[in-house]
Amino acid sequence: MAQPRADTPSKIILSASDLHRVVDRVAHQILEKTSGATGTVLLGIPTRGVPLAHRLAARIHAFEGIDVPVGSLDITLYRDDLRLHATRALGKTELPGGGIDGLRVILVDDVLFSGRTVRAALDALNDEGRPSSVQLAVLVDRGHRQLPIRADYVGKNIPTALSESVRVSLTETDGLDEVRLTGSEK
Amino acid sequence: MIKHLRSAADLDAATATLILDTAGEMAALAGREVKKLPTLRGRTVVNLFYEDSTRTRISFEAAAKRLSADVINFSAKGSSVSKGESLKDTALTLQAMGADAVVIRHPASGAPHRLAQWVDGSVVNAGDGTHEHPTQALLDAYTMRSRLGKLDGLNVAIVGDVLHSRVARSNLLLLTTLGASVTLVGPPTLIPLDVAAALSPSAKVSYDLDSVLPDMDVVMMLRVQTERMQDSYFPSAREYSRRYGLDLARMRKMPEHAIVMHPGPMNRGMEITPEVADSSRSTIVEQVANGVSARMAVLYLLLGGKA
Repeated sequence: MAQPRADTPSKIILSASDLHRVVDRVAHQILEKTSGATGTVLLGIPTRGVPLAHRLAARIHAFEGIDVPVGSLDITLYRDDLRLHATRALGKTELPGGGIDGLRVILVDDVLFSGRTVRAALDALNDEGRPSSVQLAVLVDRGHRQLPIRADYVGKNIPTALSESVRVSLTETDGLDEVRLTGSEK
Repeated sequence: MIKHLRSAADLDAATATLILDTAGEMAALAGREVKKLPTLRGRTVVNLFYEDSTRTRISFEAAAKRLSADVINFSAKGSSVSKGESLKDTALTLQAMGADAVVIRHPASGAPHRLAQWVDGSVVNAGDGTHEHPTQALLDAYTMRSRLGKLDGLNVAIVGDVLHSRVARSNLLLLTTLGASVTLVGPPTLIPLDVAAALSPSAKVSYDLDSVLPDMDVVMMLRVQTERMQDSYFPSAREYSRRYGLDLARMRKMPEHAIVMHPGPMNRGMEITPEVADSSRSTIVEQVANGVSARMAVLYLLLGGKA
């Protein structure tokens, strides 16, 4: 993914400290809504959902001393737009040792947009096992859904135009923490 | 990404590594309850086999089916080929049926290259004459990497009938691309020096198996291809297996970590003894399992994206 060019207008939506507070809040919400995160597994969707899932688990551990299993779920082979792009390299799928059968799975991703990634993730999950329920946590919801999908935990709602793009950077993958809105307000 | 896989020379180091990494993810999926993936739904893969094959054909069929592609199996026996239909006419028939990929095995070297000029879909070489068998090289490289952790800098001996072996040619090309050092070992009559030099200038040649074994990380035994031997390349089968067969005594000369490979089918007692073939250092069964993952990776990377 290319860095925004200097001449495209771009503004910071979440700074590093904002982002940390948002992750803290979502971790608290997960604890609240799942009565202490019992029987829960966090599955990050590569690329940036994976470090986010690990951060949520670390915050939950810091707040309540609970260890929530974390894994990753690659959805590339389940995408519905494979034939529209050049072939994509696969990400890692690593389920926690206990599997997902009978557990509450919380999918974690950076941006919720069309909802197609989540649709693919639900299909992938279906082939991995049978969770008792599935929830969705996202750092940013930018709207423009194309499928009837909503998130259970939202870090920040950002109203966007379709021509704009939301760029999430995380220290683990990009060397810094921030969320930027780039694109074309003319 | 490349469109066809006709030769291991179609692959540069980055593409080959991408295929091996993808194969690793495919292998991880093989462990779960539902092995099927929806990725190639609606795509048609034709297995066009002009030569007998068990593992390669089944392996390609399993790979395509796990990715949800429709598979059409064509074998020359019992088809219009026995009535004299040419490869070109068969190709045009497949073209008319809308094959997205044709996996071809053919006794004539170069048949996949010709086929690629006649069909719009991707062509995958599943063995052509004594020329190449690139997916075998990929699954071999994948097996080496998963057993030994790397390919760069590995010392690999390819032992036996190099002259008639498409497996040897593809492995020589791919392993050289990926940074391994290959030594071809066999009787002088079965080592084509000019071919070896043309495919990989860095390849070494030895006529003495015992002297190279202590330095090897991988010893790949080739099948003695009795069906391709019109002349006598060695005095007797017994002499061959004495000098170039891998038995327990020879295996003990290999370093502790070194592995034994064989592309199959084996002539047990000829190039490899049963004790070696069934030992824990042999990867022969693993190679078959890895074959499905490697071929899934190839089919995904050739067919998964925009045509």
